[in-house]
Amino acid sequence: MSMDAKMAWRNVWRNPRRTSLTIAAITFATGLLIFSFSFQFGSYDAMINAAIQVHTGHLQIQAKGYLEDKDMRQVVEHPEAVARILKNTSDVKDYACRANAFSLIASEDRTYGGLVIGIDPIREPRVSRIKTLIRKGAYLDKAHGAQAVVGQLLARNLKVGLGDELTLLGQGRDGSIAATVVTVKGLYATGQDEFDRSTIQIPLSFFQDTYAMRGAVHEVVILGRHLDQVNQIRHRLTPKLAQIENPKPLVALTWSEIMPGLIQAIKLDLTSGFIMYSLLVIVVAFSILNTFLMAVLERTREFGVMMAIGIRPNRLTKLLLYESTVLTLMGLGVGWILGVGVTYFFQQHGIDLAGSSEILAQYGISGRLYPRLSWASMTVGPALVLIITILAALYPALRVRRLSIVDSLAYA
Amino acid sequence: MAIVELTGVTKTYQQGKVSVQALRGVDLRVEKGSFLALAGPSGSGKTTLLNLIGGLDRPSQGDIRVDEHDFARMNQSELAELRLFKIGFVFQSYNLIPVLSALENVEFVMLLQRIGAAERRQRAEAVLAEVGLSGLLERRPLELSGGQQQRVAVARAIVSGPAIVLADEPTANLDSKTGQGLLEMMKTLNAQKGVTFIFSTHDNMVMDYARRLVLIRDGRVAEDQVKGS
Ligand SMILES: Nc1ncnc2c1ncn2[C@@H]1O[C@H](COP(=O)(O)OP(=O)(O)O)[C@@H](O)[C@H]1O
Ligand SMILES: [Mg+2]
Repeated sequence: MSMDAKMAWRNVWRNPRRTSLTIAAITFATGLLIFSFSFQFGSYDAMINAAIQVHTGHLQIQAKGYLEDKDMRQVVEHPEAVARILKNTSDVKDYACRANAFSLIASEDRTYGGLVIGIDPIREPRVSRIKTLIRKGAYLDKAHGAQAVVGQLLARNLKVGLGDELTLLGQGRDGSIAATVVTVKGLYATGQDEFDRSTIQIPLSFFQDTYAMRGAVHEVVILGRHLDQVNQIRHRLTPKLAQIENPKPLVALTWSEIMPGLIQAIKLDLTSGFIMYSLLVIVVAFSILNTFLMAVLERTREFGVMMAIGIRPNRLTKLLLYESTVLTLMGLGVGWILGVGVTYFFQQHGIDLAGSSEILAQYGISGRLYPRLSWASMTVGPALVLIITILAALYPALRVRRLSIVDSLAYA
Repeated sequence: MAIVELTGVTKTYQQGKVSVQALRGVDLRVEKGSFLALAGPSGSGKTTLLNLIGGLDRPSQGDIRVDEHDFARMNQSELAELRLFKIGFVFQSYNLIPVLSALENVEFVMLLQRIGAAERRQRAEAVLAEVGLSGLLERRPLELSGGQQQRVAVARAIVSGPAIVLADEPTANLDSKTGQGLLEMMKTLNAQKGVTFIFSTHDNMVMDYARRLVLIRDGRVAEDQVKGS
């Protein structure tokens, strides 16, 4: 070991209590940042997955403009042509067609406006989780039939239960009046209140008859093999879609385009998280700054002697930076191991949320949450701590250069 | 040959609005091989004078030359270099780097001088043997007595064969017997190796060891006597 390294190591342990406290602060900050980032990313995953599995799928094929206008007439005219393309596109795991119509939904007692969704009872369960979220009754099982599954909150508002009838009144694709009666077959609760309060699902072919769709649909919902492949899949689909004849050109939209609010919510959460973490890191930085300023102050006379015998200020600064580096690396190392270890444990076992997080509940996540270790969550926090501690250590290390030798020697 | 030459040196400290004249015009020539005591009461200006000779501080007026180097023409970095290679320092107390052993403290100067590890070690061991500390090489300063610490400081000061060794009241914190031992050792180094020593004291017993005695009073040289050897 070089003399400088030896001196740094021994100086670090001159005041074991102060050093331990400082290391503990760095350890704590590092570990907490790793865990928090992983927890946040994990919760975003869960939010995104919940939204994907209930609403959006990974991607959707729609007529251009439908996303903004939600106009009945902006249809995918030949869903079977789209299906042929999807069967030949790699990484597309499954797909299902849907059609939507805003309608009046009336029970014996009450009437509400809501979204009637036509789904393919066979294909839909392959792209969405709703079938598993049926809380009462059963899911749609036949391709035909005047039956519906209803959001639990909507059913409560309409005061209907299983076997009751609902009247749907809306406008068909051709502008005609669309009216029908369906029987409530099941109730679903996705946990996403807005959805559960305003939607019912009926079989797609029945929807097409009722709303004069002439075989058309509004969305082809696609599930890829993996969330990360969304943009690749879109890339592959775009040129193929251009070859399909449709009144308005067909476009492939990703989940984040279909649900821009989710990304905004995540960004907001990240920002507020970042402010919290910055405060934490600043507190740690001041504790380190304090440690080093104290250490330098206590050793003023020693620095005076060293400068008298001819040490250069550069060398002195270097020695002090060595010391802070030793301290920082120990804290970072221990903190990293603890942070990754604890996070990994919860990644395996999950954390019981018990309804504590409003934002998560809003996106339909309850029960256990699994933090997710990633390169980002394992490096961003520690890097932040490293930079801040280096900056905090730099100030006292540079300050010694301004010490007067004579004054330092006179320092008791 | 004069190893130290001071001409018309004054030093005024500014303390807020009050200015203290610590040195009021000092002329002094010190020959190579001297064993010189700066004597005078507390506050007379001894420390100030030694600091100026050592290039630790700048005079308000006057010229200082050490080993033919004119301090006025040198910047801080050149002064540091001169101190490193030509001037040894022994202070009243807390001379040593606490985290280094006796051996490492002596080696540290040579490390700064960029001397290789093997030579550093061999020379440090030799010089510590000369000051009578052969058995205590691995001890840290806190594990050494005051007298032993001062011996390590002397060893560090002389290890690179400096032009002068400046010692500011080196015995002030030692009991008289230990102090005498230290002075005997310094005197032997002076006699046998020709090391030039300038030390300060306000202790009559210590003055007796000097071969030249310069009395400082109120920032001036009041008396300058060479004793018969
Ligand atoms: N840094 C300083 N600032 C102000 N006054 C000082 C300073 N150093 C020394 N003095 C004053 O200069 C005078 C000489 O001090 P010093 O050289 O320490 O004397 P000695 O070493 O002989 O006791 C004293 O009056 C002391 O108070
Ligand atoms: Mg003094």
